[in-house]
Amino acid sequence: MRDFGYARAGTAEAAAGALAGPGTAVIAGGTELLNWFRLGIAAPDRVVDIGGLDGLRGIAVQHHELRIGALATLNEVGEHPLVIQTAGALASACLQAASAQIRNRATIGGNVLQRTRCPYFRAEEPLPWPCNKRDPGSGCTSLVGRHERQAIFGWTRDCVAVQPSDPAVALAVLDAQADVLGPAGPRAIPMREFHLTQREAAAAGEPMRETRLEPGELITGYRLPVSPSGQAYVKVRERASYEYAIVSAAATVRLDARAAGAREPRAAGAREPRAAGAREQGLITAARIALGSVAQRPWRLTAAEAELPGTPLTREALTPVIERAMADAAPLPQNGFKVTMACNAAVRALLAAGGAS
Amino acid sequence: MTLDFARRLEVTLRLNGRDVTTVVSPRTTLLDWLRDDIGLTGAKKGCNEGACGTCTVLVDGRRMNGCLTLVVQCEGRSVTTVEGLAGDDGKLLPVQQAFADHDAFQCGYCTPGQLISAVACIAEGHATGDASVREWMSGNICRCSAYPQITAAVLAAAREPTADDRTAR
Repeated sequence: MRDFGYARAGTAEAAAGALAGPGTAVIAGGTELLNWFRLGIAAPDRVVDIGGLDGLRGIAVQHHELRIGALATLNEVGEHPLVIQTAGALASACLQAASAQIRNRATIGGNVLQRTRCPYFRAEEPLPWPCNKRDPGSGCTSLVGRHERQAIFGWTRDCVAVQPSDPAVALAVLDAQADVLGPAGPRAIPMREFHLTQREAAAAGEPMRETRLEPGELITGYRLPVSPSGQAYVKVRERASYEYAIVSAAATVRLDARAAGAREPRAAGAREPRAAGAREQGLITAARIALGSVAQRPWRLTAAEAELPGTPLTREALTPVIERAMADAAPLPQNGFKVTMACNAAVRALLAAGGAS
Repeated sequence: MTLDFARRLEVTLRLNGRDVTTVVSPRTTLLDWLRDDIGLTGAKKGCNEGACGTCTVLVDGRRMNGCLTLVVQCEGRSVTTVEGLAGDDGKLLPVQQAFADHDAFQCGYCTPGQLISAVACIAEGHATGDASVREWMSGNICRCSAYPQITAAVLAAAREPTADDRTAR
């Protein structure tokens, strides 16, 4: 790890001011940044520590908004009663991310800025193969090599990587806003637009750009509308814990009033929901769904969201809606299975969010 | 306001109950400092990227990966390593005794991290059952695969009426 100059910021403004200078990085938890330093993904001359900015740490509900400071750790967010109560998908996503000891350091601000786990990207310098993210113009080894974990939406021949953050998927489905502070002052970025697919970045003329965060901008926190919807986050991975997602899905579901009543605890001997008609099983009045690890950004299934109101909350009814919304998936030769897996995860997340599983 | 970027920093922290002042370059990780500068080699350098958990230490009572923490980030904080768990008289914590009683290790390389993580897991209130312990201990890899014994030891220690921890030191 190359050495660097280090300073502790006394205010967010001072940190943002320093960040605007060349060769400067900001450190909060450091769980991602230190590995970038080791691999040579980043080698800044100066590092600004914002870990002491206690004003960026709080979690509170104000004016029907859940406010989460950027320095809240993943465990603090995941175990906070207000988050569990008003943003259950985010709490679940945080606690399914990383390990208990990483979650005690990693912050919710830094988490969404983690970069892809593509093994060709995460190699130590000197890089033994081409990677456009590490060496622009060199090529994408994953495209011609192994890519079973890579994107099924929005990729280009320059890069097929996915964004691995779990919390980002929940923040996108919950219509969260990121509050950022930069040289031009504060502004808000909707989390469903925060990350860019490779195709979006190429269309904007910056093919390797990954987020809408401008140079010198710092995430200071998030605001989420408090919603009465049921929520769930489903993460599919190769082991039960402490593993990145192959695919994930976050969902919110509101059911009609009759269905909500029908889900009250039943007396012994009462009719099982399984035996009830579709109407009594609940019709969706509103639903939102986002997929994770299928693109370089959380992937909202907006076509399904438009079609779901009036749909019964059953696997049989939901599956064709999700399949239609994913008809434009463009899997690579080795990752066609992710289309099926993402569809199943989306259906599971909707069922869980609606209380049917 | 411009910040002053230092290439050497004095850091004061509490290590296993004793105040320590040290001068480090900013890139020094807590793990390297403990092992190379202080000579506390309990925390191990397994993967050096946060994947294996054998470098786990307590910082202000919370478990963290020593390899993902800079010493300069520990100014004013209290750090506990596996060497700080037993009493000065050598008396083991219940969780240490439980690891011995349940054969919760073979080669022992991951054990310092497992013990620190177990102390935290119990203090956090997550040692409530098999599934919870397996989930909340999943950041500590054991390549000898002593997981059933580790789970049993954590649950046994959590049931001990004297299962206190020393995280406040």
